[in-house]
Amino acid sequence: MNLAYRFTLFVTGQTPRSQRAIANLRALCEEQLPGAYELNVVDVLEQPDLAERARVLATPTLVKDLPPPPRRVIGDLSDRQRVLFGLDLELPAGGLGEASA
Amino acid sequence: MIAQVEKLPTGIAGFDFVTNGGLPRGRTTLVAGTAGSAKTVFAAQFLVEGIRQFREAGVFVTFEESPDDIRRNFGSMGWDIAAWEREGKWAFVDVSPVPGEQPVEAGSYDLGALMARIEAAVRRTGAARISIDSLGSIFLQLSDEAVVRRELFRVASVLRTLGVTGVITAERLDEYGHISRHGVEEFVADNVVVFRNVLDGEKRRRTLEVLKFRGCTHQKGEYPFTIAPGDGLVAIPLSAIELEQHSSNVRITTGSQALDEMTGGGFFRDSIILASGATGTGKTLLTSEFIRGGCERGERCLLLAFEESREQLFRNAAGWGMQFERYEADGVLRVACAYPESASLEDHLIHMKALVREFRPQRVAVDSLSALERVSSMKGFREFVIGLTSYIKHQEVAGLFTATTPTLAGGESVTEAHISTITDSIIMLRYVEIFGEMRRGLTVLKMRGSPHDKQIREFNIDRTGMHIGRAFRGVTGILTGSPRQVPVSELERLDQLFPEA
Repeated sequence: MNLAYRFTLFVTGQTPRSQRAIANLRALCEEQLPGAYELNVVDVLEQPDLAERARVLATPTLVKDLPPPPRRVIGDLSDRQRVLFGLDLELPAGGLGEASA
Repeated sequence: MIAQVEKLPTGIAGFDFVTNGGLPRGRTTLVAGTAGSAKTVFAAQFLVEGIRQFREAGVFVTFEESPDDIRRNFGSMGWDIAAWEREGKWAFVDVSPVPGEQPVEAGSYDLGALMARIEAAVRRTGAARISIDSLGSIFLQLSDEAVVRRELFRVASVLRTLGVTGVITAERLDEYGHISRHGVEEFVADNVVVFRNVLDGEKRRRTLEVLKFRGCTHQKGEYPFTIAPGDGLVAIPLSAIELEQHSSNVRITTGSQALDEMTGGGFFRDSIILASGATGTGKTLLTSEFIRGGCERGERCLLLAFEESREQLFRNAAGWGMQFERYEADGVLRVACAYPESASLEDHLIHMKALVREFRPQRVAVDSLSALERVSSMKGFREFVIGLTSYIKHQEVAGLFTATTPTLAGGESVTEAHISTITDSIIMLRYVEIFGEMRRGLTVLKMRGSPHDKQIREFNIDRTGMHIGRAFRGVTGILTGSPRQVPVSELERLDQLFPEA
């Protein structure tokens, strides 16, 4: 399966903020990119080397690995407009899912 | 009794002296300075010396330059950071901005990733030292200042729990103003060192000052430092040098038999001699005689010249029948010429010390010391002279410095005023006008630890060098610069006034 979108979300432990970020991202992806995305969640406490490699400073940090260009969004992703803007996602009204259906 | 905070020696030359033993162990010290004040050099060298001298690993957290830039920049200092990384002695935590990738902020965040990465790097390398350069830059990467401030307190406390000794650099806007931009000092308020890079009479002068070390002692005030290739930052705690030189009773020749007699048997081996006089009174000649006296006896002599070029010096010497070329070929003479303006005094000092260390001379001559006055402030010059004399004495070599007096007839030069108390011997060279003719006079003004001739002797210069003759008779007021003939009858009367005991 060739997924168009791949995201990595860096969080610190199971804090409420981490969980909020994960939930916000899942909701957004399910709504906008159903079936077209892959999401990795990295806990920097468990895998600090991955955070080092990706040069992550703050958590949560969302990194869009694919498609290029790479984009980053910092925060718990509660501001959806900012998230979309930050990820450089030009989405048609109603989301990608509907448009492709 | 309250326990003193233990210090961790940094291994940086001079810095451990200024800090009374190093940085407070297990704590974090803020190093604040303006752009170009060598904060990053210090931050890196703190780790470098830990690796080289104490087998302590280090973590470098960089907010500004990329690790690649740092490896390359410090490669020119002779630091092979990449090799230390392979050996697990050095680890980077790279927080430098990703080019072209300005992250968008959408919601609340913290610096958990940064802390996790620092902690992981410290644990992986077993680091005892950490440098964070420069903390203020984090405010440029993240927009929520309140969050960053709150989080920096946590970073500081994480460092404490890790037990590492830390250096955090921060940018300042003014040399003498707020400690740092963004108020970074709030987070690491216990220990603050300030680096300055001040324009002082058209010359850059680097200084460092320990502003505070909570719970432990340190030297106070600004200390000059310089950046030397290979050595990195070298602090020069001149005014803190202790007077603990040995003194020797061994005499060495002045290069002139008559002067040997006048000084009661020659200069002492580890003494500092100042030769002072107006231009053309024969200071360079006296220096050359001093060099010849050493070289002819197989002693290594180092001549540091700041007024004349090598060719001029050699030609002068040849004119007095001295073969400097031969001495040099025999390996007993080293001549180093430099314009005073070619470097700052601190750099001159480092360079001179390096020459002395390398050549191991038994005699050092500086012609002239007063030429170096031009390139520095009074305070800087005084510190330089103290640093130089104490270093030379420490090496147990004889040092001859010359100083040019501003007026032809005499008077005091600034150099004299600054160093006369440090010198062991002072020789004065003066013009003496007698019946419309300029003649040259010489006197031993001071000879610490020995009796000496107190007469003012006339000397001549010819193709074989300096010839000291008889004392001036019938002249008074030479030293003050207004020689006056005294009638013979009056002389006889004076003689009778003070009959020899």
